[in-house]
Amino acid sequence: MEDVAFWVLAVAAVASGVAVFVVDSMARATFALLASFLCVGAELLLIDLHYLGVLVILMMIMEMLVMAVFMVMYMMNPAGLMPMTMLHNTRGALAISGGAFVVLAAGIFTVPWPERAGRPPRDPTLALGESVMGPKMLVMMVIGIAILATMIATVVLATHRGRYDRDGAP
Amino acid sequence: MTLETFLLLAAALFCVGLFGALSQQSIVMLMMGLELMINGVVAAGAGFWFWVSPGTADGQVLVLVAITVMALEMAMGFAVVTALFRARDVDMTDDAGDLRG
Amino acid sequence: MVEVVVLGMLAVAAASLNGAFAGRPAEPFQEAARLLTLQRRRTARADVLLTRIGVVSLPLAAALAALVVPFGDRAAVGSGVGVVWFNAMEVVAWGAVWLAGWGVNSAFGLVGGYRFLAQGLAYELPHMFALITAALAAHSLDLRIIGEAQGGLWFAVWMPAAFAVYLVSALAMAFWGPFGHPVGGDAAGGVLAELSGPDRLVFLAGRYGLLTVAAAVAVPLFLGGGAGPWLPAWLWSPVKTCAVLALLVWTRRRFPVLRMDRAMTVAWTVLIPATVLQMLVVAIVVV
Repeated sequence: MEDVAFWVLAVAAVASGVAVFVVDSMARATFALLASFLCVGAELLLIDLHYLGVLVILMMIMEMLVMAVFMVMYMMNPAGLMPMTMLHNTRGALAISGGAFVVLAAGIFTVPWPERAGRPPRDPTLALGESVMGPKMLVMMVIGIAILATMIATVVLATHRGRYDRDGAP
Repeated sequence: MTLETFLLLAAALFCVGLFGALSQQSIVMLMMGLELMINGVVAAGAGFWFWVSPGTADGQVLVLVAITVMALEMAMGFAVVTALFRARDVDMTDDAGDLRG
Repeated sequence: MVEVVVLGMLAVAAASLNGAFAGRPAEPFQEAARLLTLQRRRTARADVLLTRIGVVSLPLAAALAALVVPFGDRAAVGSGVGVVWFNAMEVVAWGAVWLAGWGVNSAFGLVGGYRFLAQGLAYELPHMFALITAALAAHSLDLRIIGEAQGGLWFAVWMPAAFAVYLVSALAMAFWGPFGHPVGGDAAGGVLAELSGPDRLVFLAGRYGLLTVAAAVAVPLFLGGGAGPWLPAWLWSPVKTCAVLALLVWTRRRFPVLRMDRAMTVAWTVLIPATVLQMLVVAIVVV
């Protein structure tokens, strides 16, 4: 049962990932990417990562909706009503990514993976929480500072008004 | 459902994303390719956690970092596109080649 | 599953109550019958697939969120991360509303969709802080455990700021009452402008569903879950849900619609600091 769910979700994740670069409409491309993320989130739910799986679903929905706004804003042909191609070096890209996949797949099946060490804890969420608030505290602090730096940097880059010019009045 | 199949899924997602990142002209489409690649990293990190070392939370922390990186990458990417677009009406990678030698 | 069915019935009751406030309690049923028999209006070059996905995912998200809502100590799916699940399902509304507005290929629909996204960015952060505050006090993300943790004192009493912010964001996530700008009359109905026939019925049903689920989750989060005298726990939860839901429905005809850029200013300058301070107080008291 779990195997069937895994394969269905895996095929759906990769297929919608491919669809991102195939469909004409930017709205469809964004939501195809979202579908891919949702499938991976569901895969995480399958291997007991309930918190992280739901977190992926939650964050990716919000992120893709923000993405949709920018896609529609910047693309010449957001609704795909006039099909056009926006690719360069397609053959090279296909060769590189196809080659990378062959190498990765070969590696996956030839490398002798280590034996499983330990059992999954009864509550992985608790384990994660105690880890990031204990031995892995540094990771959490770096993430926090990175988020703050990104917030400041994005606002500086994206705004062209000062802080006293609230409503865009000249 | 084994470690190998899970990693195969991750590799497939990563390579589809790689294709997009290499072949797309528009910066926003290119970023969708990057997001797909990080999606593969999330799947791989979760797979390693479950089948290699479920005893410690390292794999979970890696997934958490990957999700954060994805959000930060998108925010920075759009800020750069906005600045670029505002400066010279450009949203294509081929037009932003200032550092070309 | 009985919990989900009961919440569905409460959603219908909420629609009827909304009609009753206008003096016509049977109006939603007449409207539903009318919409079911009405032919769909078609727009030129609409993206039918995306519209359908958006319209259907709104009630679907409400139903999925209802899965983790406990009545007493029993829920349809006893999830250890119920709070995060509810949050994720309620964010699906962003996608649903934007898709329904985008797909019909109409300017007013698109305006409504964008309004909801802006509103979503305004309400989501304070909303998440309010959810986390309750989870923090109970040491758990499980809605059942949070409900049971309030044996002595309801969270609504000693974290009033978080409770108030939660109620405000419940209105905002269902674009109801003062947050009805995405379907505002000034944009000819916004997202609803081009939805007709069964599509419109399903979309509106999903909106009542979201409002009901938001009211139902307020009970384990802030109102003591199934705690109460005389009645059994499984009955107290729906009774409290009815009270919260009636309050939410009542706001619709009592408050003017708030423009979403003003909502954004209020959210970032008032609601977020208030919830952060509330969380600090709770964290100091608990730890």
